[in-house]
Amino acid sequence: MVEEGDAARCMMNNSHNFPGKLIAVEGLDGSGKSTQIYLLKRWMEMQHLKVFFTEWNSSVLVREATRKGKKRQLLTATTFSLVHATDFADRYERQVLPLLRAGYIVLADRYIYTAFARDIVRGCDPRWVRNLYSFAVVPDITFLFDTPLNVALDRILSGRPKLKYFEAGLDLGLAHDPYDSFRLFQGRIYAEYKKMVDTEKFVVMDGMLPVEKQQAMVRKYVEPKIDLPAFRWRGK
Amino acid sequence: MSALRIGKRFYGTKLPACEPAQLRGKLIVLEGADGSGRSTQIEMLNAWLENLGYGTVNVGLKRSMLVSEELDQAQQGNILSHTTRSLFYATDFADQLENRIIPALRAGFVVLADRYIYTLMARDIVRGGDREWVKSVYSIAIVPDAVFYLRVSPQQLVERNFKKNVILNYWESGMDIGLSRDMFESFMKYQRLMQAEFRRMQEEYGFDVINGNRSTRAVANELRAKIQSILTVVT
Repeated sequence: MVEEGDAARCMMNNSHNFPGKLIAVEGLDGSGKSTQIYLLKRWMEMQHLKVFFTEWNSSVLVREATRKGKKRQLLTATTFSLVHATDFADRYERQVLPLLRAGYIVLADRYIYTAFARDIVRGCDPRWVRNLYSFAVVPDITFLFDTPLNVALDRILSGRPKLKYFEAGLDLGLAHDPYDSFRLFQGRIYAEYKKMVDTEKFVVMDGMLPVEKQQAMVRKYVEPKIDLPAFRWRGK
Repeated sequence: MSALRIGKRFYGTKLPACEPAQLRGKLIVLEGADGSGRSTQIEMLNAWLENLGYGTVNVGLKRSMLVSEELDQAQQGNILSHTTRSLFYATDFADQLENRIIPALRAGFVVLADRYIYTLMARDIVRGGDREWVKSVYSIAIVPDAVFYLRVSPQQLVERNFKKNVILNYWESGMDIGLSRDMFESFMKYQRLMQAEFRRMQEEYGFDVINGNRSTRAVANELRAKIQSILTVVT
């Protein structure tokens, strides 16, 4: 029912005209993106800007279903995708969208591209997944923290953490060993991210640079793009 | 239309790891508002089919293992925004599709669905959801062998709802969309909107419209005759 090219069209049309601004960070686990968006948030707070932070998979409403599904390994590729889309929609409709309309800077640790990469790797139809999220606006800036796969894997796996079933991508049946599976799964996600760099206009950041160097570059990129003083709290 | 079709197919999007041509069973859907006699008819069909020796499986809305409880809770508080609610219901549907409907069809059962994607889509569209978006979300559904729509006039629906519960259901009255502060008024308006949407979908999806204003027995006889002819089609 969905025509070829619809997905691309959905995404292109979704730039917004709200008074707020949306900045998203994407990248593999271990790419350092959460550190960077935290530091960006601190910098904005110090300037008394109206800023709000939101992260993937955090809607209280949907948490219970997600937790249950993951724990009992009840999820298929399709329901995994839908549960996360529901979680995203809840945060989007109740927080992100109202805040953008109210003139906030919204910082998102992972956004729709995380879903695109993961769900497509899990075998969902790419056009279907993109349509699921077509209600969401495209960020004003999306940073992709690009860390070579081995480095990201080492950062995550060096402590031999206990990998959860879906986190390791064990549902894909790529390998029996959770660590082998995680490596293969992350490798495929990394490839999906790379494919989106041009089409989604990611700003690629070198995740190998020192933290403070990366942060300086992030701030330098944001400053001319967003009129920061306009987002200051008034009446103080 | 079912006589010509060989095997099953998806409306638009193929699910990972499912070969629809291998689904030998029959998927029969009953649609209709609360009070249309849907559940009674399903119960009777179930007994009739089992008596004929067919294995049957019943599915409906809000019956998934995954999210049915959460949906119930969320509905009590009316705290879901519309896209969230749509996707929550879609999750519930997908869970049943993959874990109940498809395995049962693979095993050659007759699956009786007490409502299917059409009610879910109509509810979303009546609430202002984007038609194309909603259609794409549910394009993962298997095309049923038959869809019967029990059409009952809003006036009759009110009477039957009162007979059963003595109270109109908040959601079936569409009170969340603010059609009217008067519940009766809202119920009538909402049901008319839903019927208009079903009329539109009827052309697109080829529903078999059954006049549900008649007696239970008359409706049951019509359904049996129609289902009988579907069961004899070899797929």
